[in-house]
Amino acid sequence: MDQVLFNLSLLGEYPIVNLKIVIDGIMIGALFALAAYGLALVWGVMNVKNLAQGDFVIAGGYVSWWLAKYGVHPLLGVPAAFVVMWGIGWVAYKLVISRVVEKDLFTSLLATFGLAIMMAQILNLLFGSDTQSIKLDYDTLYFFDGFIDVPIAKLLGVLLAATLAACVIIFMKSSRMGQAIRATAQDARAARVLGIDTEKVYAFTFSLNSAICGAAGAIVVMVWVIQPFYGITHSIRAFVIVTAAGLGNLPGVIAAGLGIGALEQYGSHIFGIGYQQAIAVMLLLAVLIFRLIQQRRVRKSLQ
Amino acid sequence: MNSIIEIRDVSKAYGGVVANKDISLDVEQGTITGLIGPNGSGKTTLFNSIVGYHPIDSGSIRFEDKEISRIQVQDIARLGLIRTFQQTRIYKAMNCVENMLISLPHRKMRFLEAFSRNSATDFENADRLLEFVGLYEKRFLMAGSLSFGQQKLLEFAMALMNEPKTLLLDEPTAGINPTLINGLVDRLLRANREFGITLFVIEHNMRVIMNLARKIYCLAHGELLAQGTPGDIQNDQRVIDAYLGAH
Amino acid sequence: MKSGKLVLYSVAVLFTLLAPFIMPDFKTQLATLWLMIIVALTWDMTGGQMGYNSLGNIFFYGTGMYVAAVICIALTHDVGSYTNAFSDQVYVFSDAEYFTGVMIGILGAGVFCSACALIIGYLTFGLRGPYFAIGTLGVAIAAGELVSNWDWVGGGQGISLPVFPYDLEQGKIFFYALFAATGVLLFIFLRWLYTTRFGAAINAIRDDEEKAEAMGIHTLRYKLTTWSIAAFFIGVVGGISAFQLIHFEPLETAYQTINLGIFMVVCVLLGGKGTLWGPVIGAIVFHLFKEVTWNYLLGWQWVALGALIVITVVYFRDGIMGWLMSVKPEWFGIRVEKKSEDAMQEAGT
Repeated sequence: MDQVLFNLSLLGEYPIVNLKIVIDGIMIGALFALAAYGLALVWGVMNVKNLAQGDFVIAGGYVSWWLAKYGVHPLLGVPAAFVVMWGIGWVAYKLVISRVVEKDLFTSLLATFGLAIMMAQILNLLFGSDTQSIKLDYDTLYFFDGFIDVPIAKLLGVLLAATLAACVIIFMKSSRMGQAIRATAQDARAARVLGIDTEKVYAFTFSLNSAICGAAGAIVVMVWVIQPFYGITHSIRAFVIVTAAGLGNLPGVIAAGLGIGALEQYGSHIFGIGYQQAIAVMLLLAVLIFRLIQQRRVRKSLQ
Repeated sequence: MNSIIEIRDVSKAYGGVVANKDISLDVEQGTITGLIGPNGSGKTTLFNSIVGYHPIDSGSIRFEDKEISRIQVQDIARLGLIRTFQQTRIYKAMNCVENMLISLPHRKMRFLEAFSRNSATDFENADRLLEFVGLYEKRFLMAGSLSFGQQKLLEFAMALMNEPKTLLLDEPTAGINPTLINGLVDRLLRANREFGITLFVIEHNMRVIMNLARKIYCLAHGELLAQGTPGDIQNDQRVIDAYLGAH
Repeated sequence: MKSGKLVLYSVAVLFTLLAPFIMPDFKTQLATLWLMIIVALTWDMTGGQMGYNSLGNIFFYGTGMYVAAVICIALTHDVGSYTNAFSDQVYVFSDAEYFTGVMIGILGAGVFCSACALIIGYLTFGLRGPYFAIGTLGVAIAAGELVSNWDWVGGGQGISLPVFPYDLEQGKIFFYALFAATGVLLFIFLRWLYTTRFGAAINAIRDDEEKAEAMGIHTLRYKLTTWSIAAFFIGVVGGISAFQLIHFEPLETAYQTINLGIFMVVCVLLGGKGTLWGPVIGAIVFHLFKEVTWNYLLGWQWVALGALIVITVVYFRDGIMGWLMSVKPEWFGIRVEKKSEDAMQEAGT
């Protein structure tokens, strides 16, 4: 308790600490937003709430980490993870997701939860349960007499995330496939009637989501750490962001992602690093209850 | 005659689309009141406002002199104001009798009574009402295997089982075989007369509503266009124009 | 049919009574089997009968463990210093202290968990479908993380409880008896509950909650009552487990989200959701499968578990009972259209 009060007073005494926390949070939050964008995509298009989202992220991280061991540059690991996870996403779609798309929501939730357990355990068997990261030997930028340090590697990570997001958004806006995806999201039956092969759209969407997550993971391994069992926390973060922002609200997803990143950094600064997972989950509960109260005011329930 | 439902200046908009604008109407105790209007005129929106499916933007809705425009669906239902759905909602995986027993009036039950089995009287009531709507022979069939018209009758019977004070019916004859419609109208009249239930009915079928209701309100473009006896409504030029699309 | 049921129930009762003596080497596994049956039955109360799929029922199991342990210790000692890992003081419990501690601890765990369910349920029952599943999962994960940071109850080290004061084998029978008694009680209770209006009302909530609301059913009241009854029994078995395991720690034993927390869901899905016997059969099949295959899978057992979930959910959604119902509907008193003549004849006579 004393520690918590001390940490709080630190924030008041040295306002610069706040700035550091916010910057750190935003750099992490950009990656959360990426995974959340993928979740919003499959949620909106296929109505599948994917609990394996975070495990795709972690798996992408391991792809890049594994390649880096063989001398592949980590920046090349990002497109590599994109491609590999595209393939894994496609296989997961064909084997599992395609059979639960039209079923009730708990079915898809539980199926993806099973998928999440499988992936985490396979990663654990393949790579062991230690935390892993890639150290990039770039410089660190210092501001405010060294109070604020921004490693160029992290900056690069944010930049990569932004580029990837921009590419995906442009693709969704301008390509034929992007149009088909958006049409299917609005009304799958109408899309089918108009000759869109929704099965293909679903497969593409899910693979794209998996690939986005994979690329995000390849960035996570550069700027943070990965571990086989961190997936569920990433999934929960993605849910928090999408629930807070609402579906089909891109600026909202980005804002919520950055916000969650900053809040988590604040939380672990105040309560200690041991509470990081707990804070991510508590944020979920807070957001759910907040949305619930909002809905109750308009005589609705959250579903 | 006193009003059981009193609606005053109710407005409801979805985004920019005004679905109901300053609507005021009364449903008198013990009568059958009709609500008509072309498609998209805001009838179902008004029903949903009354039973609490969404908040209203302004105005007041009173049921038995109690303001209900701010309370939740189930609280309104427990006051004895029950509705049926345009697309019927019944428990498809249960048989008809089970559907009826679930519809027992929970507002009249103490919570501990839920921990007992249904009494012989409950079964008798269920059978009697199923007989009333003509589903007695089918009472052990899964409700989902009934035809759409039969499901509608079952939903009506379930609503009666609930012993409501007022029943809101959303297009009771839509999708029902024309040969059965007369029977249904007769049952609605009997429900009103014998069980003393006030009925407020949305209906597209003019012949039905003219035979049923003593007072009719007509909506068009979200506003109250006309009101009066069936005779008044039938001869009202504005109503005829609204239906023919001249408006 | 009637006599068939009688035979079935007598065999079940006889087996329950004699099992630990017929198979003396498997007392602990049999106790675990009862644990699985109980958590599966309680999960089915909300998941199968009421349509609220919780992924966080393990919260009550873990909380039950901790509450039972803390009560048992607090009756005679100071909890903070008892759980202090660095103290080398030895704490002694007399026989009487042990057994009062166990009994009060177990009941206290049940009552506490019931109360927790009321509070959490009040906050989360506005959540429908997947939000409820994720929300409850969040509660369980958060609780595990918070408790493992809470030094008063031993932090990440967990708690060690006193050992059963008599012979070890007697202890095994004692815990088997506790589990079995709870299980039999729960089964009888549910068998009765599902025939009452209460059972019908929660089924109505499952099939169409909006309609149930529109008919004036006190949905929140039913949901809270159901979950708090379920939580009571999970809390009780959590408490029993705490004393049976002697030592437990927060993340792997108490709030074991992906072990027991997901086993109970798999058991129910395997056996058949929303039926009385489904969870029981599912738990037996799953437990047998697990005990037989686990050791041969050489580390791949968790992958196999994930695969089992996926396969059950995707290809075998209705479970064993659901499958039986579709093959032999007449066993369950379900009548379909072609049987309508019989129904009419019956009505005539």
